[in-house]
Amino acid sequence: MPHLAVADLTATYPGTDKPVLRDVSLQVEKGEIVSLIGPSGSGKSTLLRVLVGLLPPNSGSVRIDGEAVDYTSRRSLKNARDRLAIVFQQYNLFQNMTAMGNVTIAPIRIKGWRRPEVEADAARLLAKVGLADKHASYPDQLSGGQQQRVAIARALALKPEILLLDEVTSALDPELVGEVLDTIRVLAADGMTMLIVSHEMGFVREVSSRVVMMDQGSIVETGPPAQVFDAPETLRAREFVSRILRH
Amino acid sequence: MLDRIISEVPRFFTYYNMVFLLEAMGRTLLMTLVGVSLGFALGFLLDFARRTPGRAWLPLRLAATLYVETFRRIPFLVILFIVLFAIQGFRFSVSLFGVAMIGICVISSAFCAEIIRAGFDSIHQTQWDTAAVMNFGRLQTLRHVVLPQAWRVILPPAFAFMVMFIKDTALASQLGVVELTFAGKVLSTRGFSAILVFGTVLVLYFVLSYPLSRLGAWLERRLAPSRGR
Repeated sequence: MPHLAVADLTATYPGTDKPVLRDVSLQVEKGEIVSLIGPSGSGKSTLLRVLVGLLPPNSGSVRIDGEAVDYTSRRSLKNARDRLAIVFQQYNLFQNMTAMGNVTIAPIRIKGWRRPEVEADAARLLAKVGLADKHASYPDQLSGGQQQRVAIARALALKPEILLLDEVTSALDPELVGEVLDTIRVLAADGMTMLIVSHEMGFVREVSSRVVMMDQGSIVETGPPAQVFDAPETLRAREFVSRILRH
Repeated sequence: MLDRIISEVPRFFTYYNMVFLLEAMGRTLLMTLVGVSLGFALGFLLDFARRTPGRAWLPLRLAATLYVETFRRIPFLVILFIVLFAIQGFRFSVSLFGVAMIGICVISSAFCAEIIRAGFDSIHQTQWDTAAVMNFGRLQTLRHVVLPQAWRVILPPAFAFMVMFIKDTALASQLGVVELTFAGKVLSTRGFSAILVFGTVLVLYFVLSYPLSRLGAWLERRLAPSRGR
């Protein structure tokens, strides 16, 4: 049974007619890393927003471990959000809290876990993302790369089963991209199930079990990285690959 | 003229006159503090009403918007008279002080609603979204994430408003509420030099508002560098 199964998902932004996702279907197995690539506006980030319930789907289904998510039911959505975690392009750290506060607030206040254990776990996670010495720093005292790593630690503190990464390096200065990618490599080595939206093609090729290419809200090609990058089957995929490889 | 003022000083600074002025000053302070506190609480409710989603809440949204936009544009004195005559018209028995309090709450809630709106608007939607995907409820997001950030934007103008309001409560003297300005009028009609009386009143207003503006300025300094946070 796939860890995450999306079938025929269609979604439209409120106030518009044109669907941003059209009949999207994909499956992610346990421990698999699936990367979503494609031109801007192709619906990659929107797919992640739909999965975490920030945009209600029009039709289609999402299953986690075979269990269907009902986005109209508060309880079902809460359950799904317990199992998924998302890291955003703009990190979105809570600006009024230190790095430690950001990582511990939800486990303590929302999950009701015990503070000593949560803090010990947070310290371990911050060390894992290379920020052992930044517990007391506020977001505006951290670089973009450091903030993004705090955001990853924050997502992991909730012990998600599946991690969604939405262009987590796109807002970073080039010299800071490497440190965040290193953090993701560590997670990949741990066997975390991940669905990644990324423009870092070298990285995608290196870590992904499978690559899914989207264009205009639909999936146009899916397969192992070598196949999608080196021998794409569809015309649209070939065009996209030749464009990105020129850079 | 100076001789006259100096000769009046011992007769003016009597125990009775000072108690009279300080009581009036207390009333000014009370009107300001209660007015602004209640205004803040009501302002929050008004802002929530304006943010209600969907069509079902439209009447509430419209009413709250109409309230805020109207009462921010009417002179305070006019509101005081409207409240006074409305209450008399309905034959309720409310003291003049009560009338002034109602008028103050009406106007301060409208202004506070705007200050609070600006504070909440300064918090980006992504902070709400991020909290939502971590299973924060709306009230939990408000308490742990949004309010602690919005305070930094809300507090400085709120203090400026309060200091301004100390002065505006003087208009309640037009209704006959014995606050600081009215007390000054009473003493000057008793024959004391107007310069001496209102000079003292001026000092008392200063004593009231200066610490508050210092507190506001201190808060602004303390909060300003972290606004980017």
